[in-house]
Amino acid sequence: MVDNQQPAVDLAVRAGAPAMRTTVNEVAVEITGLNKWFGAFHVLRDVSFKVMRGERIVICGPSGSGKSTLLRCINRIEDWQQGRVIVDGVELTEDLKAIDEVRREVGMVFQQFNLFPHLTVLQNCTLAPIRVRHLPRRQAEELARHYLARVRIPEQADKYPMQLSGGQQQRVAIARALCMQPKIMLFDEPTSALDPEMVKEVLDTMVGLAMDGMTMLVVSHEMGFARQVASRMVLMDAGQIVEVNEPKAFFEHPQHERTKLFLSQILH
Amino acid sequence: METAYVRRELIAPLPPPLAVSGMLGFLRQRLFGSVLNACLTLIGLLLLIVLVPPSVRFLIVDAVWSGTSRTDCLVETLGRPVGACWPFIAAKFRQFMYGFYPESEQWRVNLTYALGVVLLVPLLIPRLPYKAANALAFFGVFPVVAFFLLVGNVLGLPHVETRLWGGMLVTLVISFTGIVGSLPLGILLALGRSSRLPVVRMLSVIFIEFWRGVPLITVLFFATYMLPLFLPASWRIDPLARVLVGVVLFAGAYMAEVVRGGLQAVPRGQYEGAIALGLGYWRMMGFVVMPQALKYVIPGIVNSFIALFKDTTLVLIVSIFDLLGQLRAAFADPNWATPVTLFTGFAFGGIVYFLISFAMSRYALYTERRLDTGARR
Repeated sequence: MVDNQQPAVDLAVRAGAPAMRTTVNEVAVEITGLNKWFGAFHVLRDVSFKVMRGERIVICGPSGSGKSTLLRCINRIEDWQQGRVIVDGVELTEDLKAIDEVRREVGMVFQQFNLFPHLTVLQNCTLAPIRVRHLPRRQAEELARHYLARVRIPEQADKYPMQLSGGQQQRVAIARALCMQPKIMLFDEPTSALDPEMVKEVLDTMVGLAMDGMTMLVVSHEMGFARQVASRMVLMDAGQIVEVNEPKAFFEHPQHERTKLFLSQILH
Repeated sequence: METAYVRRELIAPLPPPLAVSGMLGFLRQRLFGSVLNACLTLIGLLLLIVLVPPSVRFLIVDAVWSGTSRTDCLVETLGRPVGACWPFIAAKFRQFMYGFYPESEQWRVNLTYALGVVLLVPLLIPRLPYKAANALAFFGVFPVVAFFLLVGNVLGLPHVETRLWGGMLVTLVISFTGIVGSLPLGILLALGRSSRLPVVRMLSVIFIEFWRGVPLITVLFFATYMLPLFLPASWRIDPLARVLVGVVLFAGAYMAEVVRGGLQAVPRGQYEGAIALGLGYWRMMGFVVMPQALKYVIPGIVNSFIALFKDTTLVLIVSIFDLLGQLRAAFADPNWATPVTLFTGFAFGGIVYFLISFAMSRYALYTERRLDTGARR
């Protein structure tokens, strides 16, 4: 972890670069007055939040606080009853075209990996580029090998997911999402299902991605990772955003009582 | 007291002791491991002793292998116990295979079989290339070619009415149509029943429950005798075609429930993974969900196929003579009336049905193993 401190400083500079290049959409995700109910349960309560391009947002909070649900609204795996979600300038409505457009631009990594067990690692990575982006197979495979090399498992391309370790599977999942060349990446507790020995390899991959300026929203309780890469921290509780702050202030001078309690419980 | 311990050298793996591996270990553990186990082993042995020797004696040892009429299969003529009367099968073989399909046209049936085999065999061998083209040829082109080849009335081929068809030909035509038709229908119905759209779901449920709720015999009866009463007289639909449609719809409803079982075994995460990659409904189902769902229910699908294959014998009730129907018709021939004719005929029928069903079962098992990529641990 020590040797990772250096890039973290460098990171602020690099992360700024892509944001300055883009002139079209400075705002990556804009959520306004989002309300969602599961049956009678009010899971998201008037959530409003804006993510700028190149930002890395780490969302934490107790279980059941709605953080995963919020993340899943951004590519509309979950729908909602009230409020607006605009991703990369496209508003998510009932319009299927808009939804498809957003999903193509937003990559997602799940707690349980959700790799396709009947396809090889390479096929997992090429499926969407071929079927959704209509890339020629050769080009899709080239792309897949590139990203598999980037997550440092190029040699596993022809294996099936279940032949890999948890950490390797999660890195394949990241590569698979990257193959769609998304503008935004969502991570839903990417290391929670992993053996302790494998957490670091996945986090290292994510740090690398952050350093390349990817816009990232990460639901995670890996506070070391959060300190290292987050541009802002978000604490959610009972379906609401309780506190948003820069990591240093968030960890050292939490404002809200709930934040203090939460941090005291996870940073023993 | 020493509390700390540090291993200095690693233990190399050793082969297991002979008492638990090898032949002796197998006998001790699997066959005579406990009192109950030993009893079951002995009962099994007993069953083999009771069943196998008489069967072998009837089918092979005492069987009559050549002859031209019933007299060759009589105890009185031979002066020894008589087993199966195989000349009977030989004499009736054409009938068993083709029914009353005109003899001069039987090459068309053979050609159809040959075409089917030539297209099916490479399809079944995973290593061979061009699977998509092959599948298209077998499932798309072959049925059409087979239809015109068998029915005739084109390219100077004389028309052969389906009421002349019989025996193995009818069995295979009904089974093939049923199998090839019911799987896609079942998949569509299963998707319909799991759909979020209420109308689609309801129509699928009604369809499935209706066809599952009535016996196949009723379906066949209805299709053959009742339907013509409802339809205008000018709509004369071929009786075999009516039966085929009935069988496909019936088998499709069963298949739908098998496939739905598979759909339920696919974890939600698979859908979400596909959705998150931007795959739409049909691509998600086609490339991600359905391949896994179908793999989970291969045993159920094959179960349905085998059941369907054997259910084809029910068409006898509407005067269509499949293999079993032809057998029974042949029993009435006084030229072959002997005490063993019935047993011989059923033994032959049983062997044919068993071989085909068993082949399907084995191939399915092979497919299951081949497709096992360790999704379930």
